[in-house]
Amino acid sequence: MIKIDKVSFSYGTRSVLHNVSLDIHKGEIVSLIGPNGAGKSTLLLIAMGLLSPQQGNIRVNNRLLKEWSSRDFAQYCAFVPQNPYLPPAFTIWESVLLGRTPYLNFLGLARKKDREIVKQALRWVEIENLLHRKVSEISGGERQRVVLARALAQEPECLFLDEPTNSLDVHHQVTLLSFIHRLAEEKQVTVFIVLHDLNLASTFSDRLILLEDGLVVLDGTPGQVMGNEKVLSVYRQSITVFNRPDEESRPAVLPVRMYDK
Amino acid sequence: MRSSGGVPVKIISLIIALFILLCSIVLSSGMGAVHIPPLKVISLLWQKITGWNIHIDYPESWNVILFNIRLPRVLLGTLVGMTLAIAGVVFQALFRNPLADPYLIGVSSGASFGATIAIYLVWKFSWGGFNAISIAAFFGALLTMFTIYGLSRIGKRTPVTILILAGVALGSLLTAGTTFLMFTASDAYQTIHTLGWLFGSLSSARWSEVTGILPYLGIGFLFLGIFSHRLNILQLDEHQAQALGINVEQTKLILIFVTTLATAAAVSVSGIIGFVGLIVPHIVRLIWGSDHRFLLPMSGLVGAAGLILADSLARTIFAPRELPIGIVTALIGAPFFLYLLRKQKRDIM
Ligand SMILES: Nc1ncnc2c1ncn2[C@@H]1O[C@H](COP(=O)(O)OP(=O)(O)OP(=O)(O)O)[C@@H](O)[C@H]1O
Ligand SMILES: [Mg+2]
Repeated sequence: MIKIDKVSFSYGTRSVLHNVSLDIHKGEIVSLIGPNGAGKSTLLLIAMGLLSPQQGNIRVNNRLLKEWSSRDFAQYCAFVPQNPYLPPAFTIWESVLLGRTPYLNFLGLARKKDREIVKQALRWVEIENLLHRKVSEISGGERQRVVLARALAQEPECLFLDEPTNSLDVHHQVTLLSFIHRLAEEKQVTVFIVLHDLNLASTFSDRLILLEDGLVVLDGTPGQVMGNEKVLSVYRQSITVFNRPDEESRPAVLPVRMYDK
Repeated sequence: MRSSGGVPVKIISLIIALFILLCSIVLSSGMGAVHIPPLKVISLLWQKITGWNIHIDYPESWNVILFNIRLPRVLLGTLVGMTLAIAGVVFQALFRNPLADPYLIGVSSGASFGATIAIYLVWKFSWGGFNAISIAAFFGALLTMFTIYGLSRIGKRTPVTILILAGVALGSLLTAGTTFLMFTASDAYQTIHTLGWLFGSLSSARWSEVTGILPYLGIGFLFLGIFSHRLNILQLDEHQAQALGINVEQTKLILIFVTTLATAAAVSVSGIIGFVGLIVPHIVRLIWGSDHRFLLPMSGLVGAAGLILADSLARTIFAPRELPIGIVTALIGAPFFLYLLRKQKRDIM
């Protein structure tokens, strides 16, 4: 589905990714984890074709990224950036309607079907009551959900999400990821997601990829990755991993007090 | 509070604005040393357009005054006002900068430098109904815009901040050139002529100018109409716009090109008329929100009506003398804008 092949990338002289290869299958939820500055957002941007790698290439649905027109690609894959800017004067409705862009004719007129899909997307992320509010008049978590609704309105077959749970409360973190989990299961949507919360990553992913300094350190099921000692060293012994009694294959993580000894 | 009305509200607003514009055209055509009552203006227009002979009494001179002098001027004002306001919307949207207006990327300074050179070298040629000053202004504007665009291109991208900075820098250089020519002029008439041009005027309006700029504006408006929904998307950052299927660089290039072409055409026949492109889009945005599919036509109508009003004042306040129209737009526009800004206190883009 998404095939990242020996990708290396640098911002000017600062080299950020080294020979990264990944294979993401249809309907799979793959979480990218790793410390700040590891190159997670960069990898996501490259996989979306928003940055071009100096080496290596990416195929989506067996087609090289440069063979896709931006419009076709936008119908196929949607993107939720890490800190998305939304114009403050736009209403929530207008903001989410932008997700229909790749389907509109050259005049950009929304049809009844487009409006139905937007309404559905607003219901999915539970912000239908904000419809007429302006972006400047909603909270950070609500804004995060507006961007997600916009991505869902694109009716994508793959979703690229960069820390979508960032400013959400626990309840909304869980409902959002559960919803994405259902999309993957029922509609075979492929999900490539950057998550900082290791428990969420472990609970909702089919696969975890641990990135450190632009290198893939581990790639496997939550059990395989979280059970590996390397996780502890990448996170500098700041966590302890243990097995949850209810789900053996999805280990959990707790923080430890450092500097105590 | 709903920031932007629904579709019916917007369509009704557009129809009302169109009606107001038509009223302004009729009223303004009747104003001047020889007053023609509005109803007579309408009758004469009706007669001219349909060819029916309506039996009303009017002096023969009205025909000449209305159709040869006033109407070309009012229609030129309509087109110029429309173009400046619409160009303001486009540049503000494109640069995501509330200060951007058609002049920021050097259109104005390029045009004035071109015009000044034509005035000083006493170029006399003309082409397709345009005099040498208009033609020099047109190419001055285009040339400046392309220079600035070329200077700000880094690889395949054109960062907006660099574009604006380059525009401001090259603009100052050209303005210095214009001022230098004015100071070194041997002929006081040339200086006055240039000054008049720098403050804008519609007093030279002729039918040939109206029809001459029409193709450029027509092409511009057509493209902008088609691209207006993409302006909405360009309000997001470039990654998001790209991820929604927009070819950002290509879209920016097309928008800058057609808008500059239309603005250069308008400026070449009217001189520099400030404030319209800056203020009209803000007023429309403050009242109706920032959907560009509505913002473009509405700003066009408001800009046209506003410029007709300003021109009527410019030629009647101190009649028989005329004020430069740029002074009138600044005198009315700036205080009204400040008032709105204080009153609304909300996000302006
Ligand atoms: N536009 C840029 N120009 C230069 N360097 C950049 C740029 N963006 C990111 N970097 C650098 O590239 C590296 C990787 O950044 P990236 O944003 O991919 O990290 P990340 O894994 O997403 O981190 P975080 O968890 O903080 O979001 C960092 O060292 C960062 O400083
Ligand atoms: Mg990041």
